[in-house]
Amino acid sequence: MINEDLYYSDFYLQNILENTKTIAIVGLSSNSNRPSFFAASYLKSKGYKIIPINPSKKGTEILGEKVYASLSDLNHIPDMVDIFRKSIDAEEIAEQAIKIKTKTIWMQLGVRNDKVAKLAKKNNINIVMNRCPKIEYARLTGELGWFGINTEIITNKKRMIRKANYE
Amino acid sequence: MNKKKQFGFATRAVHAGSAPDASTGARNTPIYQTTSYVFDNTEHAASLFNLQNFGFIYSRLTNPTVSVLEEKVANLELGRGGVACSSGHAAQQLAFTPLIKNGEHFIASRNLYGGSLNQFTKTFNNFGWDCSIVDPTKIENFSKEIRPSTKFIFLEALANPGGIIVDIEKVSKLCKEANIPLIVDNTLATPFLLRPIEWGADIVTNSLTKFLCGHGTSMGGIVVDSGKFDWSNSSSFPAITEPSESYHGLKFAETFGDFAYAMKMKVDVLRDLGCSLSPHNAFNIITGIETLHLRMQEHVRNAQKVAEFLENHKKICWVSYAGLKSSPYNSLAKKYLPKGPGAVFTLGLKGGYKSCVSLVEKVKLFSHVANLGDTRSLIIHPASTTHNQLSDEDKKLSGAGPDTIRLSVGIETIEDLIEDLDQALK
Repeated sequence: MINEDLYYSDFYLQNILENTKTIAIVGLSSNSNRPSFFAASYLKSKGYKIIPINPSKKGTEILGEKVYASLSDLNHIPDMVDIFRKSIDAEEIAEQAIKIKTKTIWMQLGVRNDKVAKLAKKNNINIVMNRCPKIEYARLTGELGWFGINTEIITNKKRMIRKANYE
Repeated sequence: MNKKKQFGFATRAVHAGSAPDASTGARNTPIYQTTSYVFDNTEHAASLFNLQNFGFIYSRLTNPTVSVLEEKVANLELGRGGVACSSGHAAQQLAFTPLIKNGEHFIASRNLYGGSLNQFTKTFNNFGWDCSIVDPTKIENFSKEIRPSTKFIFLEALANPGGIIVDIEKVSKLCKEANIPLIVDNTLATPFLLRPIEWGADIVTNSLTKFLCGHGTSMGGIVVDSGKFDWSNSSSFPAITEPSESYHGLKFAETFGDFAYAMKMKVDVLRDLGCSLSPHNAFNIITGIETLHLRMQEHVRNAQKVAEFLENHKKICWVSYAGLKSSPYNSLAKKYLPKGPGAVFTLGLKGGYKSCVSLVEKVKLFSHVANLGDTRSLIIHPASTTHNQLSDEDKKLSGAGPDTIRLSVGIETIEDLIEDLDQALK
C-alpha cells in the first residue's frame, strides 16, 4: 500500500457519491474474480450506471454494459472516471477525463498521482486517490460495519448516504 | 488539509459501531436473534455468496448485533476490522488459522494463560502447528527461534497471571525484520489501558469474557486486524494472497486491501470452524464496553491499593504487580500502561500451598472462581486450577507455582476488600 497522508472528509466523499449517477471505469476487467469487477458489480447494484472502458474488450459487454476503448469514444460525459490502472498510467487517463469535463476523477486503492491531483483541482474537478468507491460507499452507508470493519463513523443518525438508488 | 476529528476513548466506547439501527431507528443495538436473512432475489443471494455485495446470509458468518460489537472493539483497538467468536480461546484459533498450516511453526511467550499454553502445545501441536515457547523477558529468545517456517509471534502484553509486561515495541521490530505478523493478546490490559497496535502489533486478540464484557455474564472472543501488515509483500501467507478455491479464485489481499485478513477470518475460517458468537452474548458485551473506561479506572485504582497492602503484610513474601516500585516491570508499566497495569496479579504466601488453600477458603468477599475481569473481586490458586494441566516446572515458569495466589481485583469499596484479605490472612 502507498503510505497514507491523503485525507478526504466524509462530507466530501459523501457529496461526490450522492451527486454521481454515471461512472466510467477505466481498466474494468471482464473476469468476475478481479477487484475491478467486484467494485463495478457492487456499484451497479447500488444504482450507478457503469460504463466499462477497456480497449482489449472493445465492442463486448461487461456487466451487461457496452465496453468502450477510451474515454474519448463516449457520447455522454460520465459524472466520475474511476481509474483501475497503474499510478504512472493515471496521468494520461486523467488528461482525457479533464478534457471530457467529468466531475470527479477517482483513483483506486494503490493508485496515486499527485501531478494529476493538481491538474484536476486547477480544472475544478473533484479528486480522490488511493480509495475504492465501493469501500467508501459501503463505509458511509454502514454496510462495511456489517463485516466488522471499522468505519470510523460516530453518528446519532441512521445513515450517512440516504439516497441509495439513483434510478 | 484538515484532519479527521478524533473522538475520545469514552465517546468511542459508547458510540463506535453503535449508530441507530438502520431499519427501525432503535437507539440501543437490537438483539438480532435470527439464524438467517431473506435474500432479495437469486441474483442478490449469489452476489452475497460471491462476496461481491455486503449483506447478511447466515449468523454463523455475520449477524447485525455481533457486527456492532466487532466494529466497536476494532475502533477502540485502533484497528481496521474485528472478527468476534465464541471465546478468547476460539479467537486464538481464528487468528492463527489463516497464517499457518501443518508442518509450519510459530513462537509464543511462555507467560500466557495456562489454557493457552495447553492449546498451543497439545491441540495445535496435533494440527501440526509446531510451537516454540520462550521466555519473553529477553528479546533474543524470540529471535533465536525464528526459522524459515515461522509464521508469527504470539504474546500477552500484560501476562496472566504473573504481572509480567513484554516489551511489545522490541518484539514488533523483530517481527518486521522477519516480515511476519506480531499477534498480541490484550485481554488483561483492555484497549482502555493499552493499544498494542500503537506499539507495532499487527493483530490483537481479546477474550471479551473478561474486562470488556466486565460483568462475568457472557463468553466471547475477538481478533482485531490492524490493517497494517502488507500481505502482498510476502509469499509466506498464500491463504491471503493466492486464489481462494472456495470463492471462485478470489484473492483476499487484492480484493479487500487492508482488511483482507479480517475478511479471510470471517468468510473462510469462521465459516469453516463454526465458533460464532451468539447475538445475545454480543449484546451483553456491547453493554459492558459502554462503561469500560469507568470500570477500568476503578479496577486499577483498587488493584494498586490491594497490592500495596499485601506487599507490606507479614504473611506475604512477594507481590507481582507492575504498579509496585518493587516490580522489575515497573518501568515497562510506565511506558506501556500509564493509566495502570491492570487489575490481575499474583502474590506468594510464606506458608506455601497450605496457606494458599486457607486464604482461598477464608475470604468472604473475594469469590473463588476460574475467571477474571469481573466487577466482583476474584481469587484463585492457579497451581491447582487454571494452570493445573502444566508440569510443576512449567507452573513455576509461567508464574503459577504452588505458593502463588492470583487476584482479579474488582470495583467494590476498597476498604472492604482490604479488610476481607486481612481477616483471611489471620
